[in-house]
Amino acid sequence: MSTLSEAILGAPAGEYVDREVDIAFAHDGTGVLAREALREMGVERLPHPDRLRLIFDHIVPANTGTTATLQAELREYAGVSGIALSDAGGGICHQVMSEGVVRPGMIVVGADSHTCTLGAFGAFATGVGATDMAAIWASGETWFRVPETIAVNLSGRFSGAAEPKDLALAYVAELGMEGATYRALEFVGDGAAGISMDGRLTLANMAVETGAKTGMFYADAVTVRYLADYGVTASPQAPEDSRYERIVDIDLGDIVPLVAVPHRVDTVREAEEVAGTHLDQVFVGTCTNGRYEDLARFARIVRGKKVAVRTLVFPASRSVLVRAIATGVLADIVDAGCVVGSPGCGPCLGAHAGVIGEGEVCLSTANRNFKNRMGVGGEIYLSSVATAAASALAGEITVPEVV
Amino acid sequence: MQGAGPAICLGNDIDTDLIIAGRYLRTKDRSVWAEHVFEDLDPALAPRLSGSVIVAGRNMGCGSSREQAVVALREAGVVAVVAESFARIFFRNAVNVGLPVIEAPVACTDGARVAFDLDGGWVEVDGKRYPARPLSEKMVAILRAGGLVPYWRSWR
Repeated sequence: MSTLSEAILGAPAGEYVDREVDIAFAHDGTGVLAREALREMGVERLPHPDRLRLIFDHIVPANTGTTATLQAELREYAGVSGIALSDAGGGICHQVMSEGVVRPGMIVVGADSHTCTLGAFGAFATGVGATDMAAIWASGETWFRVPETIAVNLSGRFSGAAEPKDLALAYVAELGMEGATYRALEFVGDGAAGISMDGRLTLANMAVETGAKTGMFYADAVTVRYLADYGVTASPQAPEDSRYERIVDIDLGDIVPLVAVPHRVDTVREAEEVAGTHLDQVFVGTCTNGRYEDLARFARIVRGKKVAVRTLVFPASRSVLVRAIATGVLADIVDAGCVVGSPGCGPCLGAHAGVIGEGEVCLSTANRNFKNRMGVGGEIYLSSVATAAASALAGEITVPEVV
Repeated sequence: MQGAGPAICLGNDIDTDLIIAGRYLRTKDRSVWAEHVFEDLDPALAPRLSGSVIVAGRNMGCGSSREQAVVALREAGVVAVVAESFARIFFRNAVNVGLPVIEAPVACTDGARVAFDLDGGWVEVDGKRYPARPLSEKMVAILRAGGLVPYWRSWR
């Protein structure tokens, strides 16, 4: 009678355990600090470099000489230590890890808060800080408090123009920004089976916006098929009759296009309520909504039309970009007048590549709309890809039509 | 572990972007983070932080995993952070850089004298005592060592 977290960590909720990790990764931001901490620890040799990854995604390609130098030092360290490096253009860490690296049942830690994304595979995946990461590089293990679990019980199917991102905003609004602090989320129920891996990654991604440690799906036929495409053999996980702290029931058929308004992720309105809000920029991408299905959905809506507002599209990884080129999705996006950036986080964290100015308003498919995050004095609304596409064409927040 | 200082009261859901903005992350110079800490929340806060105890509400330090947030507070001279609840990565990060974190629901007035004793498991605000949620043995050991780096050096 274990939850997925209890089964993977091998202890009941509330216990503290030390566990070896199967995969640990850091990006160009946290990796620099982890390297510094490791130096201070006086550690020379890493016991399991094969389990580690460095993935440059936050400020790529480098925007200043300082950033370039920090990245160069980390790049050199990757070579010396034997840690595999995904350099600028490879993509966002969570997406790169989702392309055949993370498997069901693994313990995965990333020095990034959205590591919960990878719980979509039925892995225990959670974010840590840079010094924790350094200790994991040095020892191969870390401590966890086994979390209590809140179930998000899904039934039915999406209808109309609603998509997984709308469901993500709906559950964040229901739980609130601290509703699942110290806990895990499990997405269960018949409705989960009909959601693609790209959709599951979107849903698991936003678990941390409720304070959760991770957001998990049980591996099933969808997971197994997805991983098989990357040459990875995996088995489904059998859900047990688990002890959940709380169960949140959501019928997918009730979900409509939603928008999180400034400056809280859990302040969510129906898109219809904020329709007509003027936009200065639309941003499609990130670890929430930069996957192939997202780009294809966006392209279907803007194909043959022109965007009415500055619109930035950042594929989540090189393989997403390559696929979008091969299928013509990218050409449709470029023809519609969008700016396409290199695979990575883009302007999400407000450091480069499309930040917004004082008083500007951006509709973004990302996961955070904190005050000033994408630029001082700017306002961020969060939406689905379909809402972003319809809004890009209109130049204002627009409810997407069913396509 | 004990400590004390005047309270600086903050609200709920103080995210790490507000503690240190993304535009200041690209450096290894810790003084930069201390200089710009809380800039987007209230630019007048930074000069008042030295020797103070931050008292926040629920979900302190939510959002990004950036460790610069806790380093900024420590470098600015913050003695400890008290909150009704913490975002879990911020909580771990604080322990890892040797910044005491105390989970307790306290009533805060700016400038009130806050004292705490991690071993005793309590925090006091102007003499009123509140029980603090206990830390795990390992977290206490890491804090006592001054953070995860010195803890590591003493144990390995």
